[in-house]
Amino acid sequence: MIRIEEVTKRYPGGHDALKGVTLYVEKGEMAFLTGHSGAGKSTLLRLIALIERPTKGQIIVDEQNTKRITNRRIPAYRRQIGMVFQDHKLLYDRPVFDNVALPLVIAGIGHREASRKVRAALDQVSLLNREKQFPATLSSGEQQRVGIARAIVSRPKLLIADEPTGNLDPDLSLEVMRIFRRFNEVGVTLLIASHDISLIDQLGCRRIALENGKLQTDEEEDVVAEYVERLEVERENSRWPE
Amino acid sequence: MARVKSNEALRPPRKTGVITSWLLRHLKTSATALGRICSHPFGSLMTVLVIGVTLALPTSMHLIIKNARSASTSWDSALDFSVYLKASVTEAEGRRLAAIIGKRADIESVIFLSADEALLEFRDKSGFGPSLDSLPTNPLPHTLIIRPAPTNTEVSIGLLNEEIGNLPEIDFVQLDTEWVRRFHAILSILEQAIFLGTLFLGATILVIIGNTIRLDIQNRHEEIEVTKLIGASNAFIRRPFLYSGFWYGLMGGLLTLNLVWYGLYALEAPIATLTGLYQSNFVTDALDFREILVIIGTGVGLGLIGSWTAATRHLRQIEPR
Repeated sequence: MIRIEEVTKRYPGGHDALKGVTLYVEKGEMAFLTGHSGAGKSTLLRLIALIERPTKGQIIVDEQNTKRITNRRIPAYRRQIGMVFQDHKLLYDRPVFDNVALPLVIAGIGHREASRKVRAALDQVSLLNREKQFPATLSSGEQQRVGIARAIVSRPKLLIADEPTGNLDPDLSLEVMRIFRRFNEVGVTLLIASHDISLIDQLGCRRIALENGKLQTDEEEDVVAEYVERLEVERENSRWPE
Repeated sequence: MARVKSNEALRPPRKTGVITSWLLRHLKTSATALGRICSHPFGSLMTVLVIGVTLALPTSMHLIIKNARSASTSWDSALDFSVYLKASVTEAEGRRLAAIIGKRADIESVIFLSADEALLEFRDKSGFGPSLDSLPTNPLPHTLIIRPAPTNTEVSIGLLNEEIGNLPEIDFVQLDTEWVRRFHAILSILEQAIFLGTLFLGATILVIIGNTIRLDIQNRHEEIEVTKLIGASNAFIRRPFLYSGFWYGLMGGLLTLNLVWYGLYALEAPIATLTGLYQSNFVTDALDFREILVIIGTGVGLGLIGSWTAATRHLRQIEPR
C-alpha cells in the first residue's frame, strides 16, 4: 500500500528530518511509527499526505508515485486518504455533523447520500447522538472521535494518523485504538505515528521505529544478526590453523 | 487508489440529480456567504457603503449630464431665430413682412413682437422696470420670432437664416441655438472625463473589495488550512469568497440606486421651480432599465473581480503546515 524508497527530507538550513528511509506497509496492515519527537514520524506522514515533498527518493501510495502528482492534483489525491491529527483540526464554528460531512461536501456528494454516510461514520465512533452539538462542547476524546469519523466518512483505503492519542488519557487512548483496530478488520490500511509503546504492545501490531531520521532496526534482529556474524567470524578463524 | 465504480455503473445515469445537487451546493454556498456578511453587520455595512457611495458619484454625474443634454435638446429642436428689423421699418410694414414670411412652407410660425411689446416684456422680466422709464425713446426694434418647420435640416436652416438676413427690412438675425451646440460639445468632454473618473473609482472599489476579502481570508485562515488538508481544491475554497464579493457588489449597486433615487427625489421640487421659471415642461430623466442593469452589473462585476483576485493571491499563501 505504501512504498517508501530511499527517502530523504532536508529542511532549509541543512537539517535532515529523514535520511534514506526505506519501508513498506502492506495492504490491510496496521502499523505504528514510533520514535522520540524529532525522529521524523510526522515528517514521514506529511510526505505521504503530500503536505511536503521528499528531497530525495520516492513514495508510492497505492500504485501512485507521489512524485508524479502535480500540485493541482494534490486535493484529489488527499481525498483518497483519511487523516487524523493530534489536535483534531475540527472546525469549531459548525456542529459535529457538518464537520464530519466536510470531505463529502468537498467531493460534491449529494445531501441525502452524505447524511447517510455521516451517520454511518458517527455510528462507528459511537457519537451518533452528538451530531447537532458543537465540537467545543465535547470532551477531548469525543473530539478526536469526531476527527476519526471525518477521516473515514469517505471510506478511504488508507488512514494515516499523527499522534492520535497524544492528548488523551490511557483509557480514551485504548478506545481510540480499538476503533482503529475495527477499521483494520474491514480492510483499511493504517499507519499511525505514536510514542505510546505500551499501548502499541497491547495491540500487538507491527512497530516501525525511527531514530534521528533513520529506520531503527529491531533490537532483537540486531542481536541475532550480531550472533550470526560472530559465529561466521569464529568459523573463519577456526579454519586458519588447519 | 483503485476507483471502484461498479456500483455507479449499475445505476442508471441521473443527470438531473447531478445538476440539482450542483445548484443546491451553489445556493447553499451563496447563502452561507450572505449569512457571514450579515453576521458582522457593521464591517459589512462600511464596505457596502463605500462601494455604494463610490458608484453613486459617477452615476449622479452621468444623470446630470444626461438631463442637461435632454433639456438642451428640447431647446435645440425649437431652433427659433430672433429677427431684428431695421429701426426705419414701421410696425405695419413689419406685420406685413411677418405675414409674408409666415406663408413659406419651411416655416412653422412667425410671431411679430412690436418694439412697444418688447419693451413691456423686457420691463417685466428684466427687473430694470423704473429705470427704463428714464429713457427718452424706445431703443428696441420690432422683432420677428421665427420658428422653422420641423422638416428643416441643419443645412436648410442655415440657408433660411441667410436668406432672411438678406431681406432689405432686416437688420440682424440671431440664431438662438448656437450656444446649444457649444454646450453639447462641453457636455461631451465632461462625459469623457466622467468615464475616466469612473475607471479610477472602479479601481478603488476593486481595492476595497479585495481588502475586505483579504481580511476575511485571514480570519478564516485555520478553516482554510483544515479544508485544504482534507483535500479541498483551490476552486472549492475560493467559492465562498467569490460569493462574498458578489453580495458586496450587489448590495453596493443597490445602495447606489437608492442614493441616486433619493437624490432625484430631493431635487425634484427645486427643479420643478426652476423649470416653472423657464415655462418649460421639462421632466427629469431618472435611470432607465438599461442603466440600472449597468450599475448593478458594475457592482457585481467589480465584486467578483476583486474577490477573485484577492482570493487567488492569498489562498495560495495558505498551505497546511
